[in-house]
Amino acid sequence: MLNSVGLSFMLLLSAVGAAIVERVGYDYSKYHPMPEITSWMTQMEKDYPGVVSIVDYGKSYEGRTISLLKIGLNTGEKKKAIWMDCGIHAREWIAPAFCQYFVSQILQSYKTDTIMEQMMKDMDFYVTPVLNVDGYIYSWKDNTTRLWRKNRSPGPPGCDCYGTDLNRNFEANWGTIGVSFDCCSQTYCGTKPKSEPETQSVMNFLASRKDDFLCFLTIHSYSQLLLIPFGHPDFTATNYDELMTVGLGASDAIRKVHGMEYAVGTSPAILYPNSGSSRDWARMQGIPLSYTFELRDNGTFGFELPEDQIKPTCEEAYSGALHIITYAHDKTFNGAVVTAAATLWTVLLAVGVTGANLI
Amino acid sequence: MFPLWLRLYLSRDKSRTLRPKSLRVWKPIPAQHRSFCSHFLHYFLSHCPQNEVFSEEEGAEDVMATGELNPNHYPAQRAAKVVQHYLTTRYGSPYRLFGLQRVHSGNAEDVGDSGRKYQLEIAVHEIISNTTQKCSAEVFFPHGQKQESPQVQASCEELLNISTKAQEEALYQQYKMNQTLISAQNLPDSHGHIEPDTKPLWHLGIVASSFIMLKESNENTLYNMAQVANITQLATENDQLKFDCHTLLHDMVSQVNTHNYELLDALENGRKSKLFP
Repeated sequence: MLNSVGLSFMLLLSAVGAAIVERVGYDYSKYHPMPEITSWMTQMEKDYPGVVSIVDYGKSYEGRTISLLKIGLNTGEKKKAIWMDCGIHAREWIAPAFCQYFVSQILQSYKTDTIMEQMMKDMDFYVTPVLNVDGYIYSWKDNTTRLWRKNRSPGPPGCDCYGTDLNRNFEANWGTIGVSFDCCSQTYCGTKPKSEPETQSVMNFLASRKDDFLCFLTIHSYSQLLLIPFGHPDFTATNYDELMTVGLGASDAIRKVHGMEYAVGTSPAILYPNSGSSRDWARMQGIPLSYTFELRDNGTFGFELPEDQIKPTCEEAYSGALHIITYAHDKTFNGAVVTAAATLWTVLLAVGVTGANLI
Repeated sequence: MFPLWLRLYLSRDKSRTLRPKSLRVWKPIPAQHRSFCSHFLHYFLSHCPQNEVFSEEEGAEDVMATGELNPNHYPAQRAAKVVQHYLTTRYGSPYRLFGLQRVHSGNAEDVGDSGRKYQLEIAVHEIISNTTQKCSAEVFFPHGQKQESPQVQASCEELLNISTKAQEEALYQQYKMNQTLISAQNLPDSHGHIEPDTKPLWHLGIVASSFIMLKESNENTLYNMAQVANITQLATENDQLKFDCHTLLHDMVSQVNTHNYELLDALENGRKSKLFP
């Protein structure tokens, strides 16, 4: 009798052990094809019930679901939020790798780091590991498709090429600069703003929630840059100074990790002018801190960044993203605490000055 | 009436016709109205008030790129990248690989109508030995009807101090004496991986590409080699090593990848020459 119980107990223990190994076993230092990323998302939801949930928020051109992970500690109230998306351009594989790393980091650290725990209570993180699902899958197909950039919708009648540049398709000065109307071009902006289902997914999801979002981070590669709105040289964000200051702070944080330099500025200043970007659209919706991250490297490997650089790239980018997120959080939440304290002091002083009315 | 500057930017697209790249209307905007006007410029162009204060947007350098340059901004960065390509054609080898580390300072001036000259102080990273060099360089971009290559002069303090002669000699002997002609594809592969014994071939591909990237560069391009699709050693009757290279170049500005085919000759004493098929 005891023997069979003992045997069952051993079997149970090894099953639990296997489950833990599986969880710990996801390799954040490797590039993962789409099916593995999808399983990983499911696993995250399972491993962190009540903290992580998958939200399906759209469909790609080829009919695949576009999903994000909503991460936060449930307070039962309507919460402020942080947006992060990766892989809007298919060939920028380091970006989805970073989103996965970011998720694993915040989930690891909130248990021991009280600051992160507070942020998870105050805000929800919405992380899309792969936005351009069709393009990403296509870039995994074979050697000839690795450098695909756009989505996979067919061109308009009369044009044989596939794909719209999703980061030129948003409703933000659409079609004005840094784009092509030739459907074969890498920067083809689509038949009209929001013509692409992937663009529609993001715009529709955020439109009704834009007041909740403090921060919009869109992750790309390569060039080692932090780009602020706007892509059109004639438009300046009203909070340009804030965007630059916080961006430079993020760049400092990045440098402290592995010594890498990330320049900060508007797209037209440090890279090239463009229009219809998700970053610009988010800023125009009123989301104050909107940044494009261009991760490693500077051209030596370009899009085909070696896997041994995934971890250091993710570590430094995490540091940079956290700087921006922490600023956004503290400005919204600690500011209120400071105001309450100031009000209290003002009241006390006023009471003291006017005499002993309270006594 | 208020002064209105109109600048039409022309660029050559694939079909070889000149097409307007962007139409910029630059108007003086008073500081207190700047953000309002910036947001609505597109729609309320005629309603923006006027005065002598010019908006100091980054657009200013888009128009001129003259005088002292912001080292982080694209005009200096694109010119510095050209210097990287130049150094690679001159000093690159299977054991010497250059990256642009940083632009310290830059200056640009028009040379009459013939073109624009950039003077740069840059830091160049020799990746294999992991050393950084300071370089002073001058890049001249000719402005003409036909696309002409930029002209570069550069002096770097100790660029050749790290001797790679022994390794290059060993590699030369290895390739010369091999029974089979060496060949490699997809360097790096999709995951960024390069087999250690094909790394020198990747470097050779970069050297070969740099001749083309140098030739094709102008103020509206920023080239990097994305991949060596194929590099194959060809038989020769003499002391030369000869390689057929098929490489993919990436231009950051247009985001276009182009296929290029080069023939690279390498001689025993390290002299390189470049042949176009």
